[in-house]
Amino acid sequence: MRYVDKTVIGLSIAFVVLVFADFFMAEWMRFIGLQSLARGAVALGLLVLWRTGLVSFGHALYFGFGAYTAAMLTLIGFHDAFFLVFAGTLSAGVLAFLLGFLLRRYRAIFFALLNMAFSMILYGVIVKTEELGSTDGFSLGPPTFLGYAPEGEAVQTALFLFTLVFTYIVTVGVHLYMKTTLGSMSMAVRENEIRVEYLGYSAEKVIHVKYVFSGLVAGFGGAIIALAIGQVDPDSMANWTVSGEFVFITILSGIGNVGATYIGALVFELIRTYAFEYAPQVWQFILGGSLLAIIMFLPDGIWSLFSRFRKSEG
Amino acid sequence: MQELIVILVDGLVFSSYLFMVAVGLTVIFGVMKILNVTHGSFYAFGAYMSATLIGAYYETDLPEFGGFLAIFAAALIIGVFFGVVLERCLLRFLYHRDEHIIVLATFAMFLVLEDVLLMIWGTDPYYAFEPMALLGSVDIVELTFDVYSLTLIGLAGVVCLGLWLGLTKTKWGKLLLAVIFDREISQAMGINVTVVFTATFVIGAIMGALGGAYIAPTISVSPGIGVEVIVLAFAVVVIGGMGSIPGALIGSLLVGISRAAAVHKFPEIELFVIYAIMALVLAIRPEGLFAPAQARKI
Repeated sequence: MRYVDKTVIGLSIAFVVLVFADFFMAEWMRFIGLQSLARGAVALGLLVLWRTGLVSFGHALYFGFGAYTAAMLTLIGFHDAFFLVFAGTLSAGVLAFLLGFLLRRYRAIFFALLNMAFSMILYGVIVKTEELGSTDGFSLGPPTFLGYAPEGEAVQTALFLFTLVFTYIVTVGVHLYMKTTLGSMSMAVRENEIRVEYLGYSAEKVIHVKYVFSGLVAGFGGAIIALAIGQVDPDSMANWTVSGEFVFITILSGIGNVGATYIGALVFELIRTYAFEYAPQVWQFILGGSLLAIIMFLPDGIWSLFSRFRKSEG
Repeated sequence: MQELIVILVDGLVFSSYLFMVAVGLTVIFGVMKILNVTHGSFYAFGAYMSATLIGAYYETDLPEFGGFLAIFAAALIIGVFFGVVLERCLLRFLYHRDEHIIVLATFAMFLVLEDVLLMIWGTDPYYAFEPMALLGSVDIVELTFDVYSLTLIGLAGVVCLGLWLGLTKTKWGKLLLAVIFDREISQAMGINVTVVFTATFVIGAIMGALGGAYIAPTISVSPGIGVEVIVLAFAVVVIGGMGSIPGALIGSLLVGISRAAAVHKFPEIELFVIYAIMALVLAIRPEGLFAPAQARKI
């Protein structure tokens, strides 16, 4: 009997359900869904790094870079979503590839902080650039899809479908990749790097590959968010608190399963949206409080709830 | 030449400010190996408390110079309160966890405290300029500096000297150094590491609060001051080497003077220059300029 991968099946079912749901969803649900998919993708990149034992407090760098690349391209007349998102993803990937040569030499808190330093450089550059609207940012028009130019609500519907297809491919790809030799090297590097080197693999190369991947998906997430909101600004795209939010989502999800990052991102979005709507004075309080609760009482993230449930069942 | 002096004085003032906020962070990291994001909240709470106390003090008819006591009182109140509460009620449950998790827990606490701050003091800015007005200003090569800012240099010097003497010349300091060097062996030798941890965290918190409290008269105390200061303090600490007090000193001088130079010469790269220095230093010396050597584990 052939081995069937439960995660791939689960992701595929979720994908099909969401594709259909796209046409019936209320606008606010679709918006939260879009945000969750995009932020979940970024968290997926962080999850890959985390499995290697690295945490980055600066992935707003790639998120913001992707978002601003896409947004700047609209200023010179490009509006096609495929092109904008591709450009945002690729530019962030190239940046990650270049910085990766330096960053792959660092571990633990130094890795986290050097990432933050680079992200704050980007933040500083954006804030000081009047042409890019400084701290106010600037807005971009609705995207087109290979000649199809939707209007009104149809834009979000199309964008949601677009995002869904790409995140599905990326997520299944990551899941399958984790099972390959290079993929499973993550855990080995995390456990004992020197032994990995003795076995003839280069730990730095393993880390570099993961790093570029995390940069690519962060750029992807950034470009999607820029298109979804129709606005870019440094404080919600490139500041260090944004990087903190991504790590928050990763902790919320746990590193157990690739699909969990989207659930984590959805929970994060819901907490934030509702806290902001019903208690605007204390939304950070609620956000921080839930993060603390997760850290204290649910150390392996939301996903551990499922596995606990399964264990008690079997 | 004149510009050089201005840059130097400006840079020294800014360096002292950076040192005040960074030294608490580095002390906490050195002993506890915790990168404490909540330090930004200590700073902000210190500033608000100081503005409030100064305001209340000048309502009374007490002697004018007593306003300075209000500043130190504010730092002590905030530092002791938050230091003890956070360490005893939160951090001690997390010591066995990953260092990233602890950073994130302090980040969560930072978010919580940001809103607590708003609940207590609201969104309106506070001004407490009386101590600054009291000291007046002085002319250095045709440019006016206010004396209050210059006293910051003195305060940073006193703090630096005090920490150095405390660490190297007293029994308590030596115990602390032992814990920094090897936590487990110190515990085996009978040092009460729990008490050392609480004491360190409280001292670090007082430093952070003092930074905010002393700065309060020179700025408009408004929401968001904690977010800015925490990344600045991170940069300084990382440049100097995390956990090293001389490192924090050199780091803040380096960052302070380069920023002053940038402000006067190329204002558009002012924000950028700090992190560029940080990235550059880390690229050449990954552990920072003054970090102690670490054994490699196999």
